[in-house]
Amino acid sequence: MNDIYEGLAAAFWLVVTLDADLIEISLRSLQVSLTALVIASAIALPLGTLLAIRRFRYRRLTISLLNALMGLPPVVVGLIVYILLSRSGPFGVLGLLFTPTAMIIAQVIIITPLIASITHQAMRELWAEYHDLLISLNTSGRQRIMTLILDGRRNLLTASLAGFGRAIGEVGAIMIVGGNIDNATRVLTTAIALETGKGDFALALALGFVLIALAIGVNIAIHWLSRTEREGRW
Amino acid sequence: MSRILPLTLENVTVRRRGKRLIGPVDHTLGADGLTIIIGPNGSGKTTLLRVMHGVERLSEGAVRWAVPDQEAQHHQAYVFQTPIMLRRSVADNLRYPLQLLRRPRRETEAAVALWAERTGLEDRLKLQATRLSGGEKQRLALARALIRDPQVLFLDEPCANLDGASTRAIEILLGAALAAGTRIVMTTHDLGQARRLAKDAVFMLHGRIHETGEAPGFFDAPQSDALRAFLRGDIVT
Repeated sequence: MNDIYEGLAAAFWLVVTLDADLIEISLRSLQVSLTALVIASAIALPLGTLLAIRRFRYRRLTISLLNALMGLPPVVVGLIVYILLSRSGPFGVLGLLFTPTAMIIAQVIIITPLIASITHQAMRELWAEYHDLLISLNTSGRQRIMTLILDGRRNLLTASLAGFGRAIGEVGAIMIVGGNIDNATRVLTTAIALETGKGDFALALALGFVLIALAIGVNIAIHWLSRTEREGRW
Repeated sequence: MSRILPLTLENVTVRRRGKRLIGPVDHTLGADGLTIIIGPNGSGKTTLLRVMHGVERLSEGAVRWAVPDQEAQHHQAYVFQTPIMLRRSVADNLRYPLQLLRRPRRETEAAVALWAERTGLEDRLKLQATRLSGGEKQRLALARALIRDPQVLFLDEPCANLDGASTRAIEILLGAALAAGTRIVMTTHDLGQARRLAKDAVFMLHGRIHETGEAPGFFDAPQSDALRAFLRGDIVT
């Protein structure tokens, strides 16, 4: 228990003194995970919605594949991205390995299936409700997707936040493709792993508490933002 | 008068999972008036309505409008038995059909204000549509159908589960639409309503059109035993 108290105290001092390293690491964590979230949402939200409304040949297979990909082991994703981006790999010339961009790519791969799958579940229900009306009003495919995304935006927010939660707490993939390089690719989770390995539990715990606070803070902020938008509309 | 009518149904049959829902049905829908479709549950009233509207896949036969289907689709509206409310405000529900057509904003807002007033929903405009009462939902659904000024309006039991006052509000709106030249086709279980509104009527039984006729003769002097029994209030199976 003593470790936890010390960790809390250390976290308190790190935050109060605005420790430069802590702020840099936290901002990088946010930057990587939020960028990954935006890219993954831009892919997964329309994709999940499309899967809910479009009937095609391999639809069931696609959906079960998507659900299976939700459980994709981050370490394996990291390994594959590493191989693809390494000097001898097909994208080696881009020189992306051990950069934040590589970490964003890995996280996008990890959270896109998760967001798409949750989106699909939510949109399927809404589509069942709207189906007859939208058919009757002669809507185009694009209009249907836009209507569902607009009216189901709270469900989509939940889907996105689940993705963000997974991204910000993820360590296996970004450790491999980012390399945990100080001042370059070190983020909260990789720093925690490193400090724990070094036996500096107080600092590791402090970083852990900051990470949890960050995750909660982003969730609250997004909910708060979306609510003000709603009041503005109605 | 509607340009897209008459509508002709030729030998229409709809089967689902090996079960025949309706058919074979042959019928011609004239250019004006109000047609009431009556019949017991499961006789195929809703399926017939959906076939006419073009949202039901036909197993056999054909449905022909006076104009190409593409054009005909733009001039029809359908009100479902359970009103489908978009999870938006009442005003946004009214706006929606016009937004799909990319009508200018000023025109849309004028139409929304007009229909809110006609349906008595002016003070509900900012409310979430799913929070409306049953009668209000049905009035909103009707306004949303009429806001595009359709030539043909289909209604599937618009007054099911509504009380007298709500039913009258709907019937007044339908009367006004009819006077403005909208062709109306509706199903109902309320024989009183059928007598009040019908210009002509269709009696469905076992998925087939059993009898058709002009009101009031259809109600006062039915030709078949089944219709006579149905109108008397007997249980027809």
